[in-house]
Amino acid sequence: MARDLLGVSRLSDPVLRRWLHGLPGVDQVGAEARVAGLGTRSIKTTAKAFAIDLAISMIDLTTLEGADTPGKVRSLCAKALVPDPTDPTTPRPAAVCVYGDLAATARKALGDSLIHVAAVATAFPSGRASMPVKLADTRDAVEGGADEIDMVIDRGAFLAGRYLQVFDEIVAVKAACARPDGTAAHLKVILETGELATYDAVRRASYLAMLAGADFIKTSTGKIAPAATLPVTLVMLEAVRDWRELTGTQIGVKPAGGIRTTKDAMKYLVMVNEIAGPDWLTPDWFRFGASGLLGDLLLQRQKLATGAYSGPDYVTID
Amino acid sequence: MHAASRRGSAGPGAFLGNVAQGSRKDARDAVVAARAAGSGWAGATAYNRGQVLYRVAEVMQGRAAQLAAEVAEAEGLSAARAATTVAAAIDRWVWYAGWSDKLAQVVGNLNPVAGPYFNISAPSPTGVVAVLAPQGSSLLGLTSVIAPVIVSGNTCVVIASQDRPIPAVTLAEIFATSDLPGGVVNLITGRTAEIAPWLASHRDVNAIDLTGAADATGVDWGALEAAAADNLKRVLRPEGDGPAAREPDWTAPPGLHRMTAFLEIKTVWHPKGR
Repeated sequence: MARDLLGVSRLSDPVLRRWLHGLPGVDQVGAEARVAGLGTRSIKTTAKAFAIDLAISMIDLTTLEGADTPGKVRSLCAKALVPDPTDPTTPRPAAVCVYGDLAATARKALGDSLIHVAAVATAFPSGRASMPVKLADTRDAVEGGADEIDMVIDRGAFLAGRYLQVFDEIVAVKAACARPDGTAAHLKVILETGELATYDAVRRASYLAMLAGADFIKTSTGKIAPAATLPVTLVMLEAVRDWRELTGTQIGVKPAGGIRTTKDAMKYLVMVNEIAGPDWLTPDWFRFGASGLLGDLLLQRQKLATGAYSGPDYVTID
Repeated sequence: MHAASRRGSAGPGAFLGNVAQGSRKDARDAVVAARAAGSGWAGATAYNRGQVLYRVAEVMQGRAAQLAAEVAEAEGLSAARAATTVAAAIDRWVWYAGWSDKLAQVVGNLNPVAGPYFNISAPSPTGVVAVLAPQGSSLLGLTSVIAPVIVSGNTCVVIASQDRPIPAVTLAEIFATSDLPGGVVNLITGRTAEIAPWLASHRDVNAIDLTGAADATGVDWGALEAAAADNLKRVLRPEGDGPAAREPDWTAPPGLHRMTAFLEIKTVWHPKGR
């Protein structure tokens, strides 16, 4: 499919470079101005209630710390199952995102709820490991019960222009996501935009990931500053919109890291609606990688429900 | 903006100046700031808090003439009375500052128990306190409600007197330019009736001082107390009952009750051993 799209019989670095560098450049000032403009939208009352519930249902509730334990993951899963014990109408987040070795723990804790287990793989967050290790990491997480795999690209190779290597790695990891029964875990490809330096590079990385078969493109690991930003997400949303025009395939987007408040989340939702379109306004096609965000969304939800400002004592801690 | 009116030389009701009219969103942001400042202020040593408060008094002293002029205009006092009032406000502040490292001795205790244990009761701050500053006494009353709240390590959100806010604005400048850490005192000028219900119902405010609800226009302090009870706040009622509630006499010796109202007594058992 990639070869057909590029009109070549064999993919190589020069072929990919010609194609990726032939993409139109990103107008940096224009992108930032567009984001700033969209950020001024005022969302109140019923629209706010809708946005809060939608944002909660889009969260990949995440814990990715070296100090994670099965107990910590189980408590995070309990929070995902019952985000607000005082209000059973609160929607559940889309997924719980953990390291691969804890995927089985999360799977067991979430039971037959429809909450997905997402696991990071391929030597997250640096991606510095040999291919057999990355593939074993992926297979291990899938066997542990992960429904979604968040892989990192080799930024070193990408920035050095070894696009074919990055492409091949994504294709190989995608193959490793397959289960014996013929189904496959969803593949999210983390571009780590904080290391890509320019919006042009973000656009190229997005297209390269989509070309290689990503189901989702994700901004960041959350371990590098800056993590997700609005302009970077705008560039990625344009990419998935244009990709569907080009190929008919819809790809999801996941900003991750640094999204902490309801206001932040609502700015992203406005942008999804305005740039990619309402088709992306579902947890199937747009996710937030976050942990603290859920708490703030719940506080705002309680404020709308009770009419009184709420406080951190009224939401569960991670 | 809302207008502060003049009660001084130009006669009652004349225009004095415009001050910012805070809204519920300013109160919301102030609570966040107060909560953030809480652990640092409560964690500072009592001695250190005392030194910080003494420094505030020094800066007030440095601006005493300006404060006196503002109090005279706000409350319609003669220059001499206003100067006495400012001096009393500074004295009040110093008096409370002195209590920072003495409160624990007076309200805490080593309790006698029938067993081989130390049993120690010690005061700790309640947390974020909303303060409705008195409507009449624009500086002496204001300092008399803020100092007892913060001396023990609480942080506060204060709604200044609705019609006499200008001394409060100057006091806020004094806080900002002394050593008081940001967020410990958050002063809002505006309409008490508009902002107070949001603070009374706010679940992240631990206590509320209703002193300024006594004779504020459009404020029913009973309703505020009910809203505060809904989320288990500590409430300091105004003096007097129901509609007869009134502002206290600020020149009288204050006693300890304004400090103890915003303290939690914690008791620990510790085994005695050799």
